[in-house]
Amino acid sequence: MTPAPHRRHCLAGLAAAALVRPVEAAPAGLYRRGNDADPGTLDPHRSSTVAEAHILRDLYEGLLTYDNHGRIVPGCAEAWTVSDDGLTYGFTLREAARWSNGDPVLAADFVFSLRRILDPALGAKYAEILAPIRNAVSVNAGHAAPDTIGVAAPAPRTLEITLERPTPYFLELLTHSTALPVHPGTVRRFGDAFTRPENGVSNGAYLLHESVPNDRVTLARNPHFHAAADVAIPRVAFLPTPDLASAVRRYAGGEIDSLADLPGDQMASLRARFGAQVVLGPSLGLYALALDTRRAPFDDVRVRRALSLVIDREFLAQRLWGETMDPAYSLCPPGLDHYRTPPDLAGRDALPIDREDEARALLDAAGFGPGRKPLAIEYRFNASDNNRNTAVAIAEMWRGIGVETRFTYTDAKTHFAYLRDGRPFGVARISWVADYSDPQNFLFLLQGGNDTLNPGHYANPDYDALMRDAAAETDLARRADLLFRAETIVVTDLPWIPVMHTRSKALISPRLTGYHANLRNAAPTRFLRLEA
Amino acid sequence: MIGFVLRRLLQAVPTLFAVVTISFFLVRLAPGGPFDLERPLAPAAMAALRRTYGLDQSLPVQYLRYLGALLQGDFGPSFSFRDLGVAELLARGLPVSMTIGGLALVLALILGIGLGTGAALRPGGALDRVVGFGAGLGLAVPTFVVAPLLQIVFGLALGWLPIAGWEGGAARHLVLPVLTLALPQAGILARLTRASLRETLALPHIRTQRAMGLPAHRIARHALRAALLPVVAILGSTAAALLTGSVVVETLFGLPGLGRYFVDGALNRDYTLVMGTVVLVGVFVVVLNLAADVACALLDPRLRTAP
Amino acid sequence: MRRVVQRLVRDRASLAALGFLVAMALACLVGPSLTGHAPGRIYPDLVGTAPGLAAHPRPETVRPALDRLAFRMRVTVAAVTFRDGTARVTLDAPKLIDPRVLTYLPRSDLFGPATILERSEDGRRLVVAAPVLRRFFLLGTDGLGRDLLTRSLVAGRVSLAIGLVATAVALVIGLVYGAVAGYAGGRLDAVMMRAVDVLYALPFVFFVIMLLVFFPAGLGLILVAIGTVEWLDMARMVRAQTLSLRRRDFVRAAEAFGLSAPRILARHIVPNTLGPVAVAATLLVPRVILLESFLSFLGLGVQEPETSWGALIAEGARALESAPWMLAVPAAFLVATLLALNVLGDTLGKALDPRRDGLTAPP
Repeated sequence: MTPAPHRRHCLAGLAAAALVRPVEAAPAGLYRRGNDADPGTLDPHRSSTVAEAHILRDLYEGLLTYDNHGRIVPGCAEAWTVSDDGLTYGFTLREAARWSNGDPVLAADFVFSLRRILDPALGAKYAEILAPIRNAVSVNAGHAAPDTIGVAAPAPRTLEITLERPTPYFLELLTHSTALPVHPGTVRRFGDAFTRPENGVSNGAYLLHESVPNDRVTLARNPHFHAAADVAIPRVAFLPTPDLASAVRRYAGGEIDSLADLPGDQMASLRARFGAQVVLGPSLGLYALALDTRRAPFDDVRVRRALSLVIDREFLAQRLWGETMDPAYSLCPPGLDHYRTPPDLAGRDALPIDREDEARALLDAAGFGPGRKPLAIEYRFNASDNNRNTAVAIAEMWRGIGVETRFTYTDAKTHFAYLRDGRPFGVARISWVADYSDPQNFLFLLQGGNDTLNPGHYANPDYDALMRDAAAETDLARRADLLFRAETIVVTDLPWIPVMHTRSKALISPRLTGYHANLRNAAPTRFLRLEA
Repeated sequence: MIGFVLRRLLQAVPTLFAVVTISFFLVRLAPGGPFDLERPLAPAAMAALRRTYGLDQSLPVQYLRYLGALLQGDFGPSFSFRDLGVAELLARGLPVSMTIGGLALVLALILGIGLGTGAALRPGGALDRVVGFGAGLGLAVPTFVVAPLLQIVFGLALGWLPIAGWEGGAARHLVLPVLTLALPQAGILARLTRASLRETLALPHIRTQRAMGLPAHRIARHALRAALLPVVAILGSTAAALLTGSVVVETLFGLPGLGRYFVDGALNRDYTLVMGTVVLVGVFVVVLNLAADVACALLDPRLRTAP
Repeated sequence: MRRVVQRLVRDRASLAALGFLVAMALACLVGPSLTGHAPGRIYPDLVGTAPGLAAHPRPETVRPALDRLAFRMRVTVAAVTFRDGTARVTLDAPKLIDPRVLTYLPRSDLFGPATILERSEDGRRLVVAAPVLRRFFLLGTDGLGRDLLTRSLVAGRVSLAIGLVATAVALVIGLVYGAVAGYAGGRLDAVMMRAVDVLYALPFVFFVIMLLVFFPAGLGLILVAIGTVEWLDMARMVRAQTLSLRRRDFVRAAEAFGLSAPRILARHIVPNTLGPVAVAATLLVPRVILLESFLSFLGLGVQEPETSWGALIAEGARALESAPWMLAVPAAFLVATLLALNVLGDTLGKALDPRRDGLTAPP
């Protein structure tokens, strides 16, 4: 035991005592993996959440896949070629790729699967991710038959995919849930029930063993998997952790081997209790404030800049969110592929005191300030502990320059529906988690006409032109320059105020090895090991 | 008696119909829908989904369709658990909630009636004071405070019991959730039993028995039958609430019961799931209240003629 | 009424409970202005301070906080010494230090205005003296660094207001509804009671969530939402009372005199049901406060900038291991108040009607 804990930490001390003596004997060979939510579906084509992606990554293997460092590695495809114009991809499938019933994984299975997800009748939520595939958009909109997409199987183990335009991040898209294959025979036979344990056939390192809603999803090693010999963990149970405080208790009691989400406001205590078991890493998420640029006062860039200048991002990220966030001075998080260091918001290096003076001057120029009407803002967010604390802290920072903030909080669905409908607001909390590590996946959000994702309906012809040029550019360095120029517009025009970039956060038991925090937040169980 | 039961069951039909109608329109008219996600869907995907689930129809049409399906026992597909139908979700969650709730009910009855009787027999005694304070405390401390405390004390510090999880209903996993659910109910029942029993003990014929020198435990047994009437009267709604699950207990202890479906279903606008749980709970409330009324009538013949 | 007062006065426990409630209400009303902290004031450097009598900042927290401040001032702290409540801080920087940055010291929650003692020739080193402030947080601070005592008192206003107002809403609806149904009798009574059955059979959690989702959230709505689900018991009780009162001679006599139904209800029926109703109301107050705390647990209760005991407890329950006082402090306020209300309700019940005893059920 460590020296006697401080008196006020008596409860933490009690909890620490339990670490010495695990309560539950861990079942041999079972990795109890905390997952932030219960999966709504195990159909890869209908899936939409991060929690589902973790399970599906174990169950299915795409043409390419992630390893435990988040690197893109060969999956079902052992080799591929890209034509000079960047439009045609040819994949050669592994000889040894097998479904869990022993069937070989064939190119035709991928053709079937990609047609299935793009068929509007399926009601796939994120089929749009496959938009670069030729004809995918018109098929998904119901304007063309599913068999017209640019995917063909010239030979049993050869798959050819044609794109609408060169897409540098296309290979990464193939690791996404939407590009995973399903077993055509099983889907045809059982319809929607193909995801049940008794029917399920998958081609990943694991097969579905048991699924109890709100309890657990248990997977068992797939003996037919091409690298089955290298899969160390025989069984993995994904346990949803809706209440994070309770989940941490279960982890402390040895009932769960890893957690995929942590309570950000408890980080100091978690670090004190668990030390190096707390693992934080980069991720592809953004926490921002959208401004309604259609209306006064937010149609005035001076107001937007003033509000951004006085947000103490270090306080929010480090103190309030316990370093589970990084302060954001750009829209794109650093470290994206096919990009350079993103442009910084103005005043990042200035003294906070100078930033405040500048903000006051900007507000003054915009017609607000002492002696005149104060700037009054409506701040809209979906109610949760962290969002509320962030809102309260930001409002307090704004109060320092004479801005009055009023909160409008709703439940999540109302919040999202309100913003999606394009209704008027002042400031709204929004977040975005990218699907692939490319600046385009952040910057397209603010493109004109993209109204569902861009609640303030920001539209800037210069920006749109740069984005269009970037999409047509095949040279990666020139493309990066164009995107950088586009992002520079964002950080000066500030239709959104970037506040923080999310980080992946996990508690990893010392028994579990092979976990490496990475930008893609990928930790396929097949690469992990669990000591007895 | 049979006529009374039949009449009440007949009355339950329009009640349940009204419950279905009100909750249908409440949940449908709420802002936002099941497909409004943090990452908004593309308009095409949204339209396709709405078509798949028939949400593109007018509300009255949807209502009639839902009602028609419901009459055939079809609860429809769930919007948030897309691999399972609502009927299957309810069929899986109900046994979990009923196990936890049923055990909690039994425990609350034993503790509540036992301690309440003990307290009533010696008013002002040590037991009476302890029970009075304990019951008050049980009523004043929210369950979401009791649950973490139990987890820390019995799970983490003492290591006697698992902290959370269902594990197929293993006995060790039931103790803490059952205790959390039972304690406040035991408090209510103890207070009710104590008050009612003391009142009964003051009745003339009991006092006569006491004056005649009958042993205290025999008098108590005699009085208890009459004294339990108010306890039985509230038992219907108590049982309905316990058996259909508690969102707090199920969330904190990670149990796959029904209780979370009310809240998650309502917050996720999972229309069919929330409707299914509402219908199920409505049936429980009606049936269990009827059962409580029948039990009261059996205990007290005077009530038998009342509607 | 006199009987009630006598009973209350005779019963020491309930007198104490009444005294406690009055004191609590006064403390919540007046207290926040006496604690020396505004309820919304954030002390960023004093997040999660434990309860105690000692002045803050503590010596061991000054240094890390100073380092954070120095980061914002773009300087580094070379040395700190304390004497007589004054910190003597040596600041280094790679380039000339702008003395304006010293305003950061008094702007923090730690120091008073700083004075420059020494200044190196190249201006890259500054020695300053700043008085260390002494602030008191008897019951600690929360996760944002706000004084928990002040917040608990302010929260008490909201919780007590919810308890009283929501109970009043339930009381008025229940009283009118029950009396009308019971007095009218016949078909109207049957229809009205069927409506109550329907609302009984609707799971109230669902009903409240839907109400809260439906209308723009706010304190008023929570009051109404709780009131609308809690009037059912009241209505049933009043109806039963009215049914028996209707057969009593004085009501019959009033009818014979030709008094109109509303007047009979107002003059003869409602006043005679008030006794048991008052008892039920006393016991409804704690139930309503507890219900609000349950809504707060779900994240649907009172929201910033307002707060309630339930909201504080829900937040504290999540910080149980790291900052147990965040749960203990508001929970103590809540539990003590609810216990007092229960004691009071019991006594009132015994005084008014020996047949009733306390019934409250948490959600």
